[in-house]
Amino acid sequence: MSQTPSENSHHIDVKEFHPRARAAIADPKIRQNFRKAMDGLISKRKNAFEGMDLEALRELGANIRLRALANLPDLLEQLEAKLTENGVKVHWAIDSDEACRIVRNICVARNAKTVIKGKSMVSEEMELNHYLEERGIEALESDLGEYIVQLADETPSHIIMPAIHKNTGEISELMHEKTGTDLSNDVEYLTASARQQLREKFMNADVGVSGVNFAVAETGTLCLVENEGNGRMTTTVPPCHIAVTGIEKVVGNLEDVVPLLALLTRSATGQHITTYFNMISGPRKPDELDGPEEVHLVLVDNGRSTIYQDDQLLDTLRCIRCGACMNHCPVYTRVGGHTYGTTYPGPIGKILMPHLIGLDEGRHLPTASSLCGACGEVCPVKIPIPDLLVRLRQESVDGDKLNPAKVRGHGAKRGTLEALIWKGWSWMHARPGVYRFGTAVAARLRKLQPGKLGDWTKYRTAPKLANKTLHERMKERGE
Amino acid sequence: MVDPIKVYPPKPTHVYFYATCLIDMFYPDAGMAGIQLLEREGIKVCFPEDQTCCGQPAYTSGYHDEARVVAKAQLDLFPENWPIVVPSGSCGGMIRKHYPDLFKHTGQEAKASEIAARTWELTDFLLNVCHIKLRDLGQPTTLAMHTSCSARREMGIAEVGPKLLGQLSNVNLVEQVRAEECCGFGGTFAVRHPEISGAMVSEKVDTLTDTGASEFVTTDCGCLMNIAGYAEKNRKPLAGQHILSFLWERTDSGKGGKS
Ligand code: SF4
Repeated sequence: MSQTPSENSHHIDVKEFHPRARAAIADPKIRQNFRKAMDGLISKRKNAFEGMDLEALRELGANIRLRALANLPDLLEQLEAKLTENGVKVHWAIDSDEACRIVRNICVARNAKTVIKGKSMVSEEMELNHYLEERGIEALESDLGEYIVQLADETPSHIIMPAIHKNTGEISELMHEKTGTDLSNDVEYLTASARQQLREKFMNADVGVSGVNFAVAETGTLCLVENEGNGRMTTTVPPCHIAVTGIEKVVGNLEDVVPLLALLTRSATGQHITTYFNMISGPRKPDELDGPEEVHLVLVDNGRSTIYQDDQLLDTLRCIRCGACMNHCPVYTRVGGHTYGTTYPGPIGKILMPHLIGLDEGRHLPTASSLCGACGEVCPVKIPIPDLLVRLRQESVDGDKLNPAKVRGHGAKRGTLEALIWKGWSWMHARPGVYRFGTAVAARLRKLQPGKLGDWTKYRTAPKLANKTLHERMKERGE
Repeated sequence: MVDPIKVYPPKPTHVYFYATCLIDMFYPDAGMAGIQLLEREGIKVCFPEDQTCCGQPAYTSGYHDEARVVAKAQLDLFPENWPIVVPSGSCGGMIRKHYPDLFKHTGQEAKASEIAARTWELTDFLLNVCHIKLRDLGQPTTLAMHTSCSARREMGIAEVGPKLLGQLSNVNLVEQVRAEECCGFGGTFAVRHPEISGAMVSEKVDTLTDTGASEFVTTDCGCLMNIAGYAEKNRKPLAGQHILSFLWERTDSGKGGKS
């Protein structure tokens, strides 16, 4: 696992994208694990939408998210009021630090020593496990993928399937080494062993932390989609449940959830519906037998309200975190999730992370795309990902005086030489006479054309100039 | 948010031919083939002499000021209300889809949108506006096709190439696995991320040769340079051609058809 960072994500230098990409591409295991998994997910998604009017559904999904975002401030207030009425405590966090502090303070107030966690990418964004552990609170992942990643002291390589970079053999070895299970390629056995270990932890955990897929403003309902039942355990067994989520996850009403859910599960894993769909509406009522005594919701901003202020970048916030864009991304498939060095990898990571870490830190992210558009084509809420990548490229070189860049860290990638080359290029191509002369001369001198063109010819032969340009040939024809 | 519905115009008497800089310098034969196919359909082709480049390389690299200067120099080349045909999905996509954005809130906004609306990828135009009928004069052959990502996703014409090739009775068109996956060209991406691009094109060449075809055609010169260049460098038995050259050569009775 040469590419896998063994430290926590905040030690990873995002800027070291290239060496990690090279290492991943040279690693047949990584290549195979991802190709196989992504091929499987692509065909499952395709089958799941069979016979449905996918385009109409995506259009609906996009509109629901657009409507929710258009009313975001109001919906958030409504959500807070409704949740409070339901007995849920609502907290607001401007950034990861504040969100971590809030979770910790709740734990301290309850004298909690152990936290069990369901899958939550926002908690990854917060690096919550690390934060709690440094302060003497044990945080254990209960989602199988997350559990494996935690055992290996890694970060998730996919937002839906955190341990997708490992095959069964690697997981077996890891569990054998860390937990003493037998070496086995039997997935059932490995799953059962992990569950056994987790079950005990559930019983003793003081606090359960989960994410949220949709927060419904009208009813104050927190929806949680999952397959393993660990989400339900996390949110019902411990006496206190803390849900953490980004402020963009709110939708208007329960009706909005139906199409979004249909899109989410089919796009993510090709399932018509997941095994569990939890709707959390508050703590245990006096006449109820189970459920937590206390429920909290931490609404995390972490750069989102800045994204919200730009009409185009706003589209980033439509995301329902299905992972389809990474499953279909030819770059992600080649380099795997860890190469990005960011919480969210793949196309969604490339358009979201620059806002979270700054375009200076994340300057390589927008360029690591051939702009093939596969991501935008499958995105269930029709986020124009390639357009956003081009926008961020523009921002990272301060390339548009008419629309000045505004993302934090913009302009960091603007190099004097590169800027000069584009200036020269534009000077020549805006002058037809100069262009015709230049290209005709190049055609005459084509024998002198270098056979080597840097990185291009590492893999390919150089394209050959024709002996006459089309301009010249048309001129000869007398047009 | 809804993609505009494509409404094909009636077959015109004239078109503007926008060649693109890659065709101009590297594949003029493909450009000539496109022009001759149009002329054979009875259309007069106007080749504006002052055309250079659509501006896409700078645009996708983020240098929008520079792209705008170049794009602006193209806007005055099409004074008549004739369709503009482009032998490339990616340059066609630049004009059709991105010109309106590039000139938003400028004095050229209306003009850019007007030009965008009458810009067509050439094979799409031949099939759906000219309703071309091809007569195959070539020898039997097995052929694969790579549709560029911009032709497929920006221009929405993935089915056009196979339909045209399907008219050729002696061509056995085979489909490679993961046909819809990018070949790894991506303009400056190929030199900014050479290893990733290299890994992508090597798999593309493998899937193409796995079909048993020894030649392939494509709608875009970028993909052609990339795929054929990789095959050549790595001595893979795969030759590439622009789809327009292929269509013209097989149906040109003057030459007796060449396979
Ligand atoms: S950007 Fe779209 S495809 Fe990607 S995770 Fe978000 S919703 Fe899914």
